Amino acid sequence: MTNLIVELSKYAFIILMALYTYLCFSVLKKKQEGEIRYGFGVQTFLMFLIHLLAYVVIYLQTEQVKVLVFYLLQVFALQTVRVVCQVIYPKINRLVLNNMCLMLSLGFIILTRLSYDRAVRQFQMVAVSLVIFLVIPVLIRKCGFLQKLPWVYGGIGLLLLVMVAFFGDTSNGAKLSIEIAGFGLQPSEFVKISFVFFTAARLSESVKFRDLVLTTAMAALHVLILVYSRDLGGALLFFITYLVMLYAASKKPFYLLSGLGAGCAAAFAGYRLFAHVRVRVLAWSDPFRVIDNEGYQITQSLFAIGTGGWFGMGLCRGTPGKIPIVDQDFIFSALAEEFGGIFALCLILICMSCFVMFVNIAMQIKNNFYKYTALGLGTFYGFQVFLTIGGAIKFIPSTGVTLPLISYGGSSVVSTIAVFAIIQGMYLLKEDEDSKIGKKRKQTAKAKTKSLKTEEKP
Amino acid sequence: MITYLFVGLFVLMSGYFVYFEAVLRPDVINNPYNSRQETFAERVVRGNILASDGTVLARTNVAEDGTETREYPYGNLFAHVVGYSTMGRTGIESLANFSLLTSNAFIGERISRELQEEKNMGDSVVTTLDLNLQQTAYDALGNQKGAVVVLEVKTGRVLAMVSKPDYDPNRMEEDWELLTREDESESVLYNRASQGLYAPGSTFKIITLLEYMREKKNYEAFTFDCTGGLTRGDYTISCYNKTVHGEEDLQEAFAKSCNGAFASIGLSLDKGAFTSTCEGLLFNSELPVAIPYSKSSFAMGSGAGEPEQMMTAIGQGKTVVSPLHMAMIVSSIGNQGMLMRPYFLDSVETYTGGRVKTYRPSAYKSLMSEEEAEILKEYMREVVVLGTGRGLNDLGFPVAGKTGTAEYSSDKTKSHAWFAGFSDTGSEDDIAVCVVVEEMGSSSEYSVPIARKIFAAWNSGR
Repeated sequence: MTNLIVELSKYAFIILMALYTYLCFSVLKKKQEGEIRYGFGVQTFLMFLIHLLAYVVIYLQTEQVKVLVFYLLQVFALQTVRVVCQVIYPKINRLVLNNMCLMLSLGFIILTRLSYDRAVRQFQMVAVSLVIFLVIPVLIRKCGFLQKLPWVYGGIGLLLLVMVAFFGDTSNGAKLSIEIAGFGLQPSEFVKISFVFFTAARLSESVKFRDLVLTTAMAALHVLILVYSRDLGGALLFFITYLVMLYAASKKPFYLLSGLGAGCAAAFAGYRLFAHVRVRVLAWSDPFRVIDNEGYQITQSLFAIGTGGWFGMGLCRGTPGKIPIVDQDFIFSALAEEFGGIFALCLILICMSCFVMFVNIAMQIKNNFYKYTALGLGTFYGFQVFLTIGGAIKFIPSTGVTLPLISYGGSSVVSTIAVFAIIQGMYLLKEDEDSKIGKKRKQTAKAKTKSLKTEEKP
Repeated sequence: MITYLFVGLFVLMSGYFVYFEAVLRPDVINNPYNSRQETFAERVVRGNILASDGTVLARTNVAEDGTETREYPYGNLFAHVVGYSTMGRTGIESLANFSLLTSNAFIGERISRELQEEKNMGDSVVTTLDLNLQQTAYDALGNQKGAVVVLEVKTGRVLAMVSKPDYDPNRMEEDWELLTREDESESVLYNRASQGLYAPGSTFKIITLLEYMREKKNYEAFTFDCTGGLTRGDYTISCYNKTVHGEEDLQEAFAKSCNGAFASIGLSLDKGAFTSTCEGLLFNSELPVAIPYSKSSFAMGSGAGEPEQMMTAIGQGKTVVSPLHMAMIVSSIGNQGMLMRPYFLDSVETYTGGRVKTYRPSAYKSLMSEEEAEILKEYMREVVVLGTGRGLNDLGFPVAGKTGTAEYSSDKTKSHAWFAGFSDTGSEDDIAVCVVVEEMGSSSEYSVPIARKIFAAWNSGR
């Protein structure tokens, strides 16, 4: 019986996920408020259904009651955030909120399946971050001075990165984390935010050549320290994000192209200079030839995705544990193995819809600082998804970055939830402005009609 | 614009993902390193391996208590090519592992078995192997060490593959220690057909001839007065049995396998061009073959002296080649120069015989021009009509080939006997045959009669 349920659940997951993905895009086309609200409601329902079904399947195969308790706690946390948001931020962007909840729940599911203890730790971090999530939009609304402190952000960012570079712990060849009071912390996850704030603040202040040189030098310093710490994925992320923000602010394709050119030259130089870069490229170009060493991780990932096929092995039926660092860099492969290729493809599309939504929000914001911030954070998100999934499927060399919201890692999940909150906060600011303008218009219109009648000044 | 760029990246990545799942997937997951295949065995009974006519070559018997035993009804006959799946996996057992452990049985049946917590029946793979040819080749090789490969010229289907000495795949667990002990000198588990490397002897003259044709426009004007060999300085190459071939043209020299004539040709060849011709024929490189094989090697460097040039031209020297590779070279000569990828799997069926997947022949690459193939074929015909392959001339259909006697040690009485050739009836089912008999001596006495039995069996079975 369990067998049958697991088998059938495979197809159920795919159908639910496909429907959810379809709604991500179709809702955007709808014009009527009611229809949109209904679409998002269905999405929420689908999300909870996937979540429920997955935990039923896990429970049937592990027969551990604690899994069910854990499930209820998750539902409570997710539902609380949703309800509180609806009360205090009725205008919140529902698509982004839904996608965040879905990806968090997928993360819980696959982590529970990989390692219950890690899933619990992840949940604790998420619970704390969700509180932060609720607070951040208020802070953004209240703190108008945010855009006046570029050097504070830049200074903090550099300080944190330098600390990691000199006192950090080395794992998998890169210095990523420092230990503070028993907690492993990955400062670069938070520097992402300070970096975007710094760049947005500087760029919204001035795009004169002299100022740009200074801004670029500071950004380059960030990237160089990351390269020095051997965090190549991180360095690439910062680099690309800076280029995108620079281009958006200056509107000069020359900057973008020369930046990309310099990036290519740097990549080539890195390939020639550093052995660990060559190892990554070798593992990408011909992993089966070096399957025992450099190519081991990526071939295990390909075995996982390939063996899963379009429909997957079924939850708890694969062996994703064979991929080294599966719960961080290769979580996508674990999902693809057990939930199947169609499901994984849907996940790629959902991440893409998230990114498109971020950029959309950025484009609608009038205040340049908020606009560039939203754009920069969105770029960070989109490019990171591209790097991690592309690396797992051997589309590009693996760069060792996590899949936001799904991969295991406290710093990563806290900072990503914060990013989602910041963008939501800016979206709400924009909505406030819109409605203020709307109200003003209405008032002025009313006033005009009044003034016509009573000849009073509006 | 940036948004489109990023969306473009995502779309490209999704496209690659689809390409991976749809196209690259089968090759990736069939990799022997993929230990996930084991997990399938917990839910699927390993399927059958069938000969091309449907005869069962390997099946899994399930006892009352659920214990499974893998049975090979033909015992030693298909030992290397079908392989075993008890102590690791080899041969087709390894090649088709994924198909054998996947069930494409009727969905209703699969669900009902799942419900009853029973294993599903894995798919069967139909091989390209021909029971009759395999048996003939096996018997013909008798108790001698060596290997036989039979390919279908136009398609690359592997019709037979024998390696001796052999073993009984039904008794792997009992015999394992014996087969793998350190002083085991016979290399029984080794598939000599694809992994054995032998000096090619005079069969290599096919390649020397090809290189000579490529270098000399008026190659047909070649004449040589054979006095039983050729001497350069202190070094002498003798013809087999010191036979004096007398005044001869190129075709005669090839047909009679005159070492003197070919040693003199060897001295006239450009070493670099010779190497690139050999590499064009897949020496020193990977073969398009899905089972484990050893790379053939052609190692005459630019600094080779005259003795090495002379030896290399007649297939002695440092050159080594596997029987499968030689079969591939001669089959491409029989197929207008086009090498077909040798393949072992014809199709995959459900355990009740429903078609799941059919494998198609595929061309690998052209090893030589059509004209070159035509000329080589003509020369190889002469070998059978009036040369060292005369033993194949009265089969009732034309055969082209080349014999070889490869000395492999200073003991000149011991040598490997080679034959490599193909039937030239012009029909779709022509075959290429390569025979190597170890430590036996003259090719016409040992390898040609074996080839003859195979050609005869093939013809009578048509």
